[in-house]
Amino acid sequence: MLQFELWKRVLIWAVCAAGIILSLPNAFYNRVEQANDARAAIEKSGATPEREAQAARWPSYLPSDLVNLGLDLRGGAHLLAEVRVADVYKSRMEALWPEIRDALRADRASIGTIRLQPSPEAELRIRISQPEGMDTALKTVRALARPIQSLTGAGSTDIVVSGSGDIITVTLSEAEKLATDDRTVRQALEIVRRRIDEVGTREPTIQRQGANRILIQVPGIGSAAELKSIIGTTAQLTFNPVVGRGSDPDANPGVGNKLLPALNETGTYYTVEAAPVVTGEELVDAQPSFDQNGRPAVSFRFNTSGARKFGDYTRDNIGSPFAIVLDDEVISAPVIQAHIAGGSGIITGNFTVEESTNLAVLLRAGALPAGLDFLEERTIGPELGQDSIDAGKIATGVAFAGVLIFMALAYGLFGLFANVALILNIALMFGLLSLIGATLTLPGIAGIVLTVGMAVDANVLIFERIREELKTAKGPSRAIELGYEKALSAILDANITTFITAVILFAIGSGPVRGFAITLGLGLITSVFTAIYVTRLLIVMWYDRRRPKTIEV
Amino acid sequence: MRLRLVPEHTSFDFFKHWKLWLGFSGMMMVVAFISFLMQGLNYGIDFRGGTTIRTESATNLDVGVYRDALTPLGLGDVVISEVFDPGFRADQHVAMIRIQAQDDQEAVSAEMIDQVEGALKTVVPDIKFVSVESVGPKVSGELIQTAVLAVVLAIGAVLVYIWLRFEWQFALGAVVALIHDVLLTIGIFSELQIKFDLAIIAALLTIVGYSLNDTVVVFDRVRENLRKYKQKPLAEVLNLSINETLSRTLMTSMTTLLALISLLVLGGDVIRGFVFAMTWGVIVGTYSSIFVASAILLFLGVKRDWSKPDPKKTGNQFANIDA
Repeated sequence: MLQFELWKRVLIWAVCAAGIILSLPNAFYNRVEQANDARAAIEKSGATPEREAQAARWPSYLPSDLVNLGLDLRGGAHLLAEVRVADVYKSRMEALWPEIRDALRADRASIGTIRLQPSPEAELRIRISQPEGMDTALKTVRALARPIQSLTGAGSTDIVVSGSGDIITVTLSEAEKLATDDRTVRQALEIVRRRIDEVGTREPTIQRQGANRILIQVPGIGSAAELKSIIGTTAQLTFNPVVGRGSDPDANPGVGNKLLPALNETGTYYTVEAAPVVTGEELVDAQPSFDQNGRPAVSFRFNTSGARKFGDYTRDNIGSPFAIVLDDEVISAPVIQAHIAGGSGIITGNFTVEESTNLAVLLRAGALPAGLDFLEERTIGPELGQDSIDAGKIATGVAFAGVLIFMALAYGLFGLFANVALILNIALMFGLLSLIGATLTLPGIAGIVLTVGMAVDANVLIFERIREELKTAKGPSRAIELGYEKALSAILDANITTFITAVILFAIGSGPVRGFAITLGLGLITSVFTAIYVTRLLIVMWYDRRRPKTIEV
Repeated sequence: MRLRLVPEHTSFDFFKHWKLWLGFSGMMMVVAFISFLMQGLNYGIDFRGGTTIRTESATNLDVGVYRDALTPLGLGDVVISEVFDPGFRADQHVAMIRIQAQDDQEAVSAEMIDQVEGALKTVVPDIKFVSVESVGPKVSGELIQTAVLAVVLAIGAVLVYIWLRFEWQFALGAVVALIHDVLLTIGIFSELQIKFDLAIIAALLTIVGYSLNDTVVVFDRVRENLRKYKQKPLAEVLNLSINETLSRTLMTSMTTLLALISLLVLGGDVIRGFVFAMTWGVIVGTYSSIFVASAILLFLGVKRDWSKPDPKKTGNQFANIDA
């Protein structure tokens, strides 16, 4: 009747033991965390006696996965950024123009002269002087379209060409826009990740959210503003030839040139050639340093092709100024003194040490393909997080003790069995959370406390049922068996419905809400397991040993 | 010797005045809804955009001083309130400052936060900004949509699940009870003007889960007893089922409330609103599974031929009981 096959017993105890071992590191949170950090440091930059000692504080044969603490507990900064994907359309169209121009030139006989018209962003308008040749022109331009290499855009091409009167209009196709957006966001994500890694903080979360958003969470950083200064700037670095210098912000720069403000001198504007000599993409390294006068500066090195372009240009233009441009502002415009052959150089401006360090980081990590808008930002101070952890600990402890006492009073020995199961339940929950690297948030703690309260529900259902079955006097063993059997459908239905809501919370929610959904969902699974298997096994073991004639539940 | 919340045998008649209870619950729902329409909710920045700043200082807090410092900045609607919590140290004075979303901006403005922090620092030199949160109006609109979607989806999914496992009358009863719980929770948040943010939505969904848990346990017993006592009138079967599960219902509510109340008192002010919603939800949810879900079931009636047609049914005095 009350039989448990051996393999089941072994499996149940094995699961419980695994839960306890996996959750163990969380009981020594600081120690394990320091040991983990020390190990990571040894891996990265070699062992020192100090690090060895730190690492040895937690034995390496024990698991060392910890539950991540969410920002609301650890403190840190949270940003939700939207990538301005449309930025890229403009540069795409600008790059397309020379190609179209060259292609159309071949047809000059039938279409006449071609001229680029002022066009809205992300569009090219080209006027041809002989509208009769429109069909030829359209055909030529359409021949430039490339098929899109993507799953959704299969069969379509990257540009849409239309003609009316003497104007040809070229835009990106919707499918190409989608593909470009996706590429832009992925690039931006990668750049943001590199920049944050450069700064080297612990466990940042950088995730894509929706079509064109990026969620960034960095624990331990002082403020969201600080984080924004690292990831918010596009950091497009270019070296452009200088045409002239003036103080009129509305001066006409002329064709192929652009007018840019100087970064540190208000009221000064440079006219530079729009096509850069070299860009930041060809940098291989950038480091903060000091110039010969001891002022903070950034030294950089080009890759081979960049070094050649830079070398050729400096050789041919000794004596004329060139502009170092960052995000459409001129940092400085030094005069070329000599041929710079080695491909390395130094940028000086009126930097502070901090600015030069930041700029070096940005240049090393590369430029963002498009600008970012910040839609949401949150900074949580570490003190507040610590207060929340402390309060959460006390509350959980009190809740736990209250439930344990209450169960023991209400169900006696069976209550104690349920209590053992409850403790194992918490261990299993933390074990699972650590295993999957889940993040514990403040609502997550509430989820655990709620689980503590609700976890006993399954046991209460079973015990109440056993009480009822005892009344019909079929003997204790039969009553226990029937109790489990008949309570099962209620337990399953009740927990599955709650689980459904946890899944929906997880799917739709974000941040703390998601953390809550995870603890709630995992708590349901572990509580059903412990209630159905662990308490049952405990009761069976006790019953086998004692063989009581009557039991009191 | 056991602690018991209810005697071993109970035979309360829960359905003597079931129409009265149903009417009372209906009225409470109407009151809650009217409060929601008239007063609205005290939405947090998650839902309406804007900035909240939590400050801490060792000096005594004077909200007026803070207000005077911020007024010259012309930020529109600024709400400053002092926060009290038994867990605070004696020299820990905490205030929450909420600033409305600035009209002309889609995204979050760092300058505005800098200005506010600067202005407060001049009047309270030792002030610390322990948390600063800003949500742009673009995101907050979407957050409302997803929140409403989450609640509707959860209730819909549950409706389907119970319908599959039981009968449509049970599903309808459970869902009306859920709507009752959600409405009453929104109602009390509106009535007391407690801050309503994203975490409260999580609480609402948990209430949905909990209340359902309770309802399902009662329904499960009703289903069992309907098979067992084929001749009993529905009202009696319902009553019997509720009485049989009463001890469990109260035990579970008790342990859950024990846990929640300890969080409510000791868990700190940051999650108080969240925990309050859940505590309230547990109470309302327990009530609703008896007085709303089961009463609806009684109102709708249930098909009684669960397994096979009952040949004895014809000529029986209860034959048309579920007509």
